[in-house]
Amino acid sequence: MGLVSRGAAAAGVGAASAVVRPGPPHAVPHPIPTPPPEGAALGSSRVPGMVLKAFFPTCCASADSGLLVGRWVPEQSSAVVLAVVHFPFIPLQVKELLAQVHQAGRVGLAVLGTWCHRRQEAEESLGHFLEGLGTIFSHEPWLQLCREQGSKLWSCKATRRQVPPCPGTPYEDQVMLVFYDQRKVLLSQLHPPAALPDCLAGDAAPSAGGLAAVFDTVARSEALFRSDRFDDGPVRLSHWQSDGVEASILAELAKRASGPVCVLLACLLSLVSAASACRLFKLWPLSFVWSKLSVCEQLRHRLEQLTLVFSTQKAENPTQLMRKANVLVSVLLDVALGLALLSWLRGKDRIGPLAEALVPVADHVAEELQHLLQWLMGAPAGLKMNRALDQVLGRFFLYHLHLWISYIHLMSPFIERILWHVGLSACLGLTVALSILSDIIALLTFHIYCFYVYGARLYCLKICGLSSLWRLFRGKKWNVLRQRVDSCSYDLDQLFIGTLLFTILVFLLPTTALYYLVFTLLRLLVVAVQGLMHLLVDLINSLPLYSLGLRLCRPYRLAAGVKFRVLEHEAGRPLRLLMQINPLPYGRVVHTYRLPSCGCHPTHPWGSLCRKLFFGELIYPWRQRGDKQA
Amino acid sequence: MEDERSFSDICGGRLALQRRYYSPSCREFCLSCPRLSLRSLTAVTCTVWLAAYGLFTLCENSMILSAAIFITLLGLLGYLHFVKIDQETLLIIDSLGIQMTSSYASGKESTTFIEMGKVKDVVINEAIYMQKVIYYLCILLKDPMEPHGISQVVPVFQSAKPRLDCLIEVYRSCQEILAHQKATSASP
Repeated sequence: MGLVSRGAAAAGVGAASAVVRPGPPHAVPHPIPTPPPEGAALGSSRVPGMVLKAFFPTCCASADSGLLVGRWVPEQSSAVVLAVVHFPFIPLQVKELLAQVHQAGRVGLAVLGTWCHRRQEAEESLGHFLEGLGTIFSHEPWLQLCREQGSKLWSCKATRRQVPPCPGTPYEDQVMLVFYDQRKVLLSQLHPPAALPDCLAGDAAPSAGGLAAVFDTVARSEALFRSDRFDDGPVRLSHWQSDGVEASILAELAKRASGPVCVLLACLLSLVSAASACRLFKLWPLSFVWSKLSVCEQLRHRLEQLTLVFSTQKAENPTQLMRKANVLVSVLLDVALGLALLSWLRGKDRIGPLAEALVPVADHVAEELQHLLQWLMGAPAGLKMNRALDQVLGRFFLYHLHLWISYIHLMSPFIERILWHVGLSACLGLTVALSILSDIIALLTFHIYCFYVYGARLYCLKICGLSSLWRLFRGKKWNVLRQRVDSCSYDLDQLFIGTLLFTILVFLLPTTALYYLVFTLLRLLVVAVQGLMHLLVDLINSLPLYSLGLRLCRPYRLAAGVKFRVLEHEAGRPLRLLMQINPLPYGRVVHTYRLPSCGCHPTHPWGSLCRKLFFGELIYPWRQRGDKQA
Repeated sequence: MEDERSFSDICGGRLALQRRYYSPSCREFCLSCPRLSLRSLTAVTCTVWLAAYGLFTLCENSMILSAAIFITLLGLLGYLHFVKIDQETLLIIDSLGIQMTSSYASGKESTTFIEMGKVKDVVINEAIYMQKVIYYLCILLKDPMEPHGISQVVPVFQSAKPRLDCLIEVYRSCQEILAHQKATSASP
């Protein structure tokens, strides 16, 4: 057996079918020389070599002796060790396995060196034999790691065979060992801090950042980890799965079942969306109503999300997979909360009392409004209003209110039925129930909206008239062509009438302004209540619950970076570091994986809002999808 | 090789700097901040409870007292977990990068690692902090777009805030390693 190995080494070319086995032990001097002492006086002509980083998986630290298989990254001068090949092996089969992995993952693996785990004292010849293997698998530089059984002392050597291009660089490099947990690095996903511009994002990841290369290498070499030690393959490997391939029955069942379930649900959803897109709903009154109700918006959003989740296309990258998972968890939570609400409503039979309380509440609100109008028609807050205008406006609004109350009383027998059906819709999700509630509030306070519109229009007209008559008073005019104020000579009668009208409008201003102020405040109150509900709906829609749960339970899956810890160190021995995964902070998880909301939130900055309020322009608190397209 | 020296921070508190030289290419600096003093803790607790007792005598509602106890406990836990930093460590490894760790009083550790390829230089900067002018050590990061530009300045030892003498020690060691790194990366 020893003859075969020495013969192979002497020939310089591995024989095709020669099986390489470790030679018999015989006394040889210590095969691995101690590395050069730190800080020894180097010759003046030598340049200190770059430190070679060897990334070693923690699962292989207790493996038997063998060959190191992995990837060499020359730009960072680092060797990423993926597995250990044990004796006996046939060199050709090892090379075939590496070629297979190369084809599967497009990552160039090679035999990097030898690994020696000394079990007994008398295995010193192993080292000598291992050195000979360097001729069969030639690699620059050739790594030699050695460890005593049960001790924490490692020794490493990296040698170069070829003559270095510039004289003076040593034949040996210093080695730094970095241990990493292979399973965690394989499963984790790096989130780089800075967003690369589009031109750089297309580059292959290994060239960007040294540590991203390690993650990428391990991820692409998944084909190497498929076999475990119970398989009867040609090559015996040691890696994180060599004690048994990880699998879960539930996950496998779910994968099998997801195919037909997805197809079925995708068909159902396409039917529903086809029905909702039919021509009947595009007729004018219906389409207008649909676009104004927020519950339709929410249902449409949910339909889109469910179509995304149950589409039969597989997710292309991890981000899409996370998005699908987030949407699914969000929908499930929504439905669960909705069902909880439903059971609470049904449990103590709350719908009846609720419906009975609704009409008196509406009556009460209307009564309060009536009191308010009577107050405005008198001398509100001690201000003296213009009697005639005051009476006209007050009576107009009172009549409008009276109409509204009659309408509510007309609807009162049907309220309980309506509420029952609305409660039923909570099983579609809490967000749908909240949207319906928001719509009901909007419908019940429709009279306040009308009052606001009347008051705002009146005020706006008054302000326009005042501004143009003020210009006339000063002898100026608005030039529409040039979009600026120009001087103008008016006739005497024009000036006279203009000034008269201006005076009238100025003295009527406080009355109109007061009505406008009061109704705008009421409207803003209603908008604030609706806005709160929309905020809650938005929160449930867009919070990435699956990602947050993953960050809580499996923090290594979402990695912001790595962190290092220096392990026990002895002078003269190589430096040993432990590389651990630094998980992503919660804020960044939410920011990265946030789901797009349906966009129904206030879009006005405060400055423009105040400006619109001052000039009496109507405020539309949120843009609905229909408005955006229009 | 390990040694410990004591310095002072910008407010005059005592700091302990522990230096560990693992190898010529790997050094660690550990700054320990002064611990939470019993005096300030007692003062804050007494203030909060006196205020709560004052409110209680006004409102005659015993919920205020229990609320004050809860607030004090939660506030202390939150302070220890999110605010009070016990130790700040700087680990510099040639050809890998620079790592900064802050360990909080509750045991939580927050780590940032910057790869050596992104580090342009380590410098001592001056800054105006409230009414003082202080020195702080910071890491300059390279700009991927511009070869001579700086994309970010990362300050180190932000909560310990040591004085210039301590900073000079750390600065010298970092510069030795960075010089070595530049020499080896320049050679083929």
